[in-house]
Amino acid sequence: MNRLLARRFAGNSCLVRVPWRSFCDAAAVNSGTAQAKHAEKQRLTSHSEEYDVAIVGGGMVGMAVACSLASMSLTKHLNVAIIDSNPALVNGITIKKEDPPDPRVSTVTPATISLFKEIGAWEYVQQHRHAYFDKMQVWDYTGLGYTRYNARDVSKEVLGCVVENKVLQSSLLSCIQNADIRKTVFPARLTSMNLNPSSIPTELNGTSSTSPWRGFARLELSDGTCIHAKLVVGADGSKSNVRELSGFKTTGWNYAQNAIICTVEHTVENNCAWQRFLPSGPIAVLPIGENFSNIVWTMSPNESSELKSLTESDFIKSVNHALDYGYGPHPKSSSARDGDLSWFGAGLTSSAGEGFTVPPRVVRLASERMVFPLSLKHANSYVAKHVALVGDAAHTVHPLAGQGVNLGFGDAFALSRVIGEGIAVGSDIGEVSLLRRYEAERRPANIVMMAILDGFQKVYSIDFGPLNIVRAAAFNAANYFSPLKRNIISYASGEQRLPLFT
Amino acid sequence: MASKLLRRVLIVSDRSPRPSSRSLPGFTSSRLFSSSNSQPLPATASSPPPPPTTVDPPSSSSASKFGSKIRNDSVRSSIKDPELAKFSAIADTWWDSEGPFKPLHLMNPTRLAFIRSTLCRHFRKDTNSARPLEGLKIIDVGCGGGILSEPLARMGAVVTGIDAVDKNIKIARVHADLDPGTSNIEYSCTTAEKLVEEQRKFDAVIALEVIEHVANPAEFCKSLSALTTPGGATVISTINRSMRAYATAIVAAEYILHWLPKGTHQWSSFLTPEELALILKRASVSVKEMAGFVYNPLTGRWSLSDDISVNFIAFGTKDGQ
Repeated sequence: MNRLLARRFAGNSCLVRVPWRSFCDAAAVNSGTAQAKHAEKQRLTSHSEEYDVAIVGGGMVGMAVACSLASMSLTKHLNVAIIDSNPALVNGITIKKEDPPDPRVSTVTPATISLFKEIGAWEYVQQHRHAYFDKMQVWDYTGLGYTRYNARDVSKEVLGCVVENKVLQSSLLSCIQNADIRKTVFPARLTSMNLNPSSIPTELNGTSSTSPWRGFARLELSDGTCIHAKLVVGADGSKSNVRELSGFKTTGWNYAQNAIICTVEHTVENNCAWQRFLPSGPIAVLPIGENFSNIVWTMSPNESSELKSLTESDFIKSVNHALDYGYGPHPKSSSARDGDLSWFGAGLTSSAGEGFTVPPRVVRLASERMVFPLSLKHANSYVAKHVALVGDAAHTVHPLAGQGVNLGFGDAFALSRVIGEGIAVGSDIGEVSLLRRYEAERRPANIVMMAILDGFQKVYSIDFGPLNIVRAAAFNAANYFSPLKRNIISYASGEQRLPLFT
Repeated sequence: MASKLLRRVLIVSDRSPRPSSRSLPGFTSSRLFSSSNSQPLPATASSPPPPPTTVDPPSSSSASKFGSKIRNDSVRSSIKDPELAKFSAIADTWWDSEGPFKPLHLMNPTRLAFIRSTLCRHFRKDTNSARPLEGLKIIDVGCGGGILSEPLARMGAVVTGIDAVDKNIKIARVHADLDPGTSNIEYSCTTAEKLVEEQRKFDAVIALEVIEHVANPAEFCKSLSALTTPGGATVISTINRSMRAYATAIVAAEYILHWLPKGTHQWSSFLTPEELALILKRASVSVKEMAGFVYNPLTGRWSLSDDISVNFIAFGTKDGQ
């Protein structure tokens, strides 16, 4: 049977700019909220507050949902509301080329890159600073083993691309501004939400006296505006308001770790991603372009406040120490020409032949140091009638594999695809049965990834002889056993949904 | 694939009349060709009701003879009385997707996918549009609570829904008014036959899961055909009268899994695809496409397939243009 649904990637041929309209019911603010609510109810025929989708949170993942809806022919007729008090959504984000890279960056996997290309947003990213990398080296402080990954192991060009968050956000903003989908930005915060607005009870004698908003969710904003939407998308981050107001329970715990992030500069260009597991947490160096790199250093809260207060030169010294001989020796570098590896035969990946390399020295700190605490959190359910969670609102993970926002983008595109499928068969997009399809697709994959990352975090935070040997064995296995390495690369690149040998 | 199926179906129905080999020995598709004694009752809603039905006694006069005249006095192709009572009893749970109508809710998107695909192809509409059925007048015969009518309206069609059970119509009306996209559906508690008398015509006539509850399917098909404009579409879905269907739709669904209340379906009332194609042909509707629904217990989802041995849906066009 023919598949009915084909995703259409709109070529943005119609460059009509839909002006941003910020709806602010000034009268309501003045006359008090109770009267405002009454006035809203009276406007039975007004369609100005009736939206198909209300995206709460205009960050990267929220905007990805909007752009994705705009790019599909089945969904581009929807009326979208974006609720975020960040003024950048209305005024735009200015990015100057001469600015040093912002320390808040994300590593975007190839799967996410192709999704961005599908919706036409990647061309905007390419106009700003972004850095592809095709090599990665992972090792730990014990010096017993290391793994080098190369994109050529899986016949690809890149392992990922490191992009500043503000670049991603600005690209998605440009993408949606050029799309001809109806959208309205509400520069306010969500204060309350009613997913089952009550109606006047109906009698079965033919007179239908339901409130006209009964099939919608009702959102109240901090500036007094009140809007109705068929579907509320919670894309408002790990402290999600939507998640709380909808009553979703979460499971999770705080890692007793903070992460320090900053931008540093080298004397040479860096095009490899480095990660060294230290006794109290991993330090990662990600290339960001033009001799700059981004550092994400996870450690205990005490250490993080110490390091934050060091002078610049002392901090640079400790970074170089951590990447080089600090805490332990270099792993022994072996090459494929060694005799004892010859029995692996021709199945070795090219990166197995690469020896261990020390990361490039840091010479200068190029930004301030930011610290934030790390935790794991997962919503027990992603959907309910009229509401769906995406991104960090649904799941928060440890940054050690750079997967967090990629899971979020995966959610965003999956949700918009499910919405398209629903519209194709005329469903009400707020129906739970439709939204459950999105949950069934994303939740298992997200849980597996979270479990793996959590597992890594726990395994690497214990300094215990036998366990160190096991970890070393794991490093070597990943380095020399090609199927395992290819599997790891595929999974981390987002090409595979689940980490099995499929 | 579908065309191979159809060719097989049409060949069998064009061959000299013989009861389908799938019927139990000694048992015939007498419902089709008997002068039935069923009461004059309006056409029905499509779903599972509780109390057991009385099976129509096979008429002796025309047993197993295709060529026999269909004598039909004042009886129209009508639903049996107890069937109506069954549906009334659980009408309130229509829109509870976890309630007694859960199987129908689960199957709905799949049926809609078939309808959307066939109607778009027939009326040459753009399949990538969000409202492909814009400009079409469609009637949902046996609409129940409106679970088919509402999506059709959202797809742009002008929908009329009719049902024999008044309570269903009321529930349907209330629910349709919740969404501005569906509030223009016209619901009425009436029958296909009455609308034929009023000379109403529609571009597409859809009767899903109805014909197995009807006493005289041939007459029912004639009414559906009369409601269709020449060159328009008629879509009927039902359950095949096969051994697999007995095992699945009756034994498994009613007695083991309790998806449907016991007595919802009578195996003898099922039609084989060949029979359906034949009676539609005699009503001037040529069946153009047919598909089956299969359920995947692992994913809990229905999908379209070429397997018409249990649930199947047929799309036909009215001759004449």
